[in-house]
Amino acid sequence: MPVDTSAKGKKYPPFEYEIGKEKIREYALAVGEDNPVYVDRVAAKAAGFRDIPAPPMFAVVYSAGAMGPAILDPEVGINFALMVHGGQEFAWGEPVCSGDTITTVAECKEIFEKDGKGFYVFESVSTNQDGQEVVRGTWTNIVRGV
Amino acid sequence: MNVGDNIPELRVTPDRFLPHRYAGASGDFNPIHIDKEFATMVGLPGTILHGLYGMALVARANAAAAGGDPRALKRLAVQFRGMGMPEQEIVVTGTVRETTDGRAVVDTVAEQSGNQIIKNATAELAL
Repeated sequence: MPVDTSAKGKKYPPFEYEIGKEKIREYALAVGEDNPVYVDRVAAKAAGFRDIPAPPMFAVVYSAGAMGPAILDPEVGINFALMVHGGQEFAWGEPVCSGDTITTVAECKEIFEKDGKGFYVFESVSTNQDGQEVVRGTWTNIVRGV
Repeated sequence: MNVGDNIPELRVTPDRFLPHRYAGASGDFNPIHIDKEFATMVGLPGTILHGLYGMALVARANAAAAGGDPRALKRLAVQFRGMGMPEQEIVVTGTVRETTDGRAVVDTVAEQSGNQIIKNATAELAL
């Protein structure tokens, strides 16, 4: 059965996330980021950040609320029992700091079939309260045996 | 940083509760990461690590190679392959593929017991 590509190009409602110092600490501890800038405001400011910065991969935390509805969209039609997260890309811009409000918009960018597998590629674009782009993500989910 | 240089290796052994802490930190509570019974029921050897946790280690190793400033990491693309398991050492290694206009491109892999859990990772660093 060929994959249904009708959701290609579909955009999802923006998701807003307010960055908090303690959430950054929790995330940094979980992934073993021991740079003091992630927990110490004085160290962060001395390093030239506006406030405590988020580690780059914290992008998954503030993007998740935008990505969930896109990946779960019945119109996209992913079979979760057979899905794996195949690939991930982030391109970072302005650093994200505690106190920022980040807005993320997700789009279903590509749906295609290759070697009997369905590829579902989503893009997320996250911007801060000043309209600066902070990260652009490409999320590739692969469904076996379509 | 010169073409062919290896970046400093990162070695981490996640403890058995790491996937619980990462689930809480990231919000990804997929039971394959935190529920051993569920994981074995769906045919896995046990709970497995989150792929994005492995990617965070790859990001760490590359930012460290650029002097430790997270702003140096401009882009990171990875492919998730084999499953990562708690309580086994993860080794992240990388080699500088090219340097142009103040940027270095580093090919990176993360492996565990000889099994690549993240492959074809490409990091772009500002030098």
